[in-house]
Amino acid sequence: MLTIITGVLLIIGAAFNLIAAIGLIRFPDVFTRMHAASKAGTLGSGLMLVAIAFHASDISVGSKAIAAVVFFLLTAPISAHLLARAAYVAGIEPWEGTVLDQLKGHYTDEEGHLSADDEEGDEDKTL
Amino acid sequence: MTGEEFFDLAIIISFSLIVLSFLLTIGRLIIGPTLPDRILSLDMLVTLAIGFIAIFTILTGYYAYLDMAIALGLVGFLATTAFARFVLYQASSPELLSDEAEDEKLSVSSGEKN
Repeated sequence: MLTIITGVLLIIGAAFNLIAAIGLIRFPDVFTRMHAASKAGTLGSGLMLVAIAFHASDISVGSKAIAAVVFFLLTAPISAHLLARAAYVAGIEPWEGTVLDQLKGHYTDEEGHLSADDEEGDEDKTL
Repeated sequence: MTGEEFFDLAIIISFSLIVLSFLLTIGRLIIGPTLPDRILSLDMLVTLAIGFIAIFTILTGYYAYLDMAIALGLVGFLATTAFARFVLYQASSPELLSDEAEDEKLSVSSGEKN
């Protein structure tokens, strides 16, 4: 029974990784690609680590695998956010089909800090 | 189909899916077109390597490889963070990255000291 659960978790995890890779190759700009890679990719590898925990059926290996999953779930959004912010400040244009860009005009500082000027910000907050 | 046969089949299927994902991610790494795209695909390669190590751990039964996966995740996170800082730095002061501008700046600062 445990081997079947392990196999199913492995196949689902690898399928999520493949979906993430397809998204990485198919999506139109870096921000949408980040959406595919950081969520589906982390979920895929996390499911595979959970499969290790089921396969080992040992408390030390299992707790280590769960700790690794928690670690990846904590760090993936941080690195994706940092990279998205850096890409936006660096002037990477979003896809031309983008409907709403709420950060437009906020990164006026050359240092890349959020501007303290709230005149445009108030208009955006009402959206 | 017995449990063992399904397990062997699952290992083979997940290995082939991961290898396909590696190929697609390397394709994005090659065609770019911007630096954040390449950084993102490097991050994705680290994630795929963790999944690959997970399959390999289950296949061989050496659970010490799990520590390697954790260390690889840490290194990948730090690498992505550092690359993001680099992109931010390059965007805020591109003149610091060219050698000529740096020489000019050095000469200016030494001139101020004199």
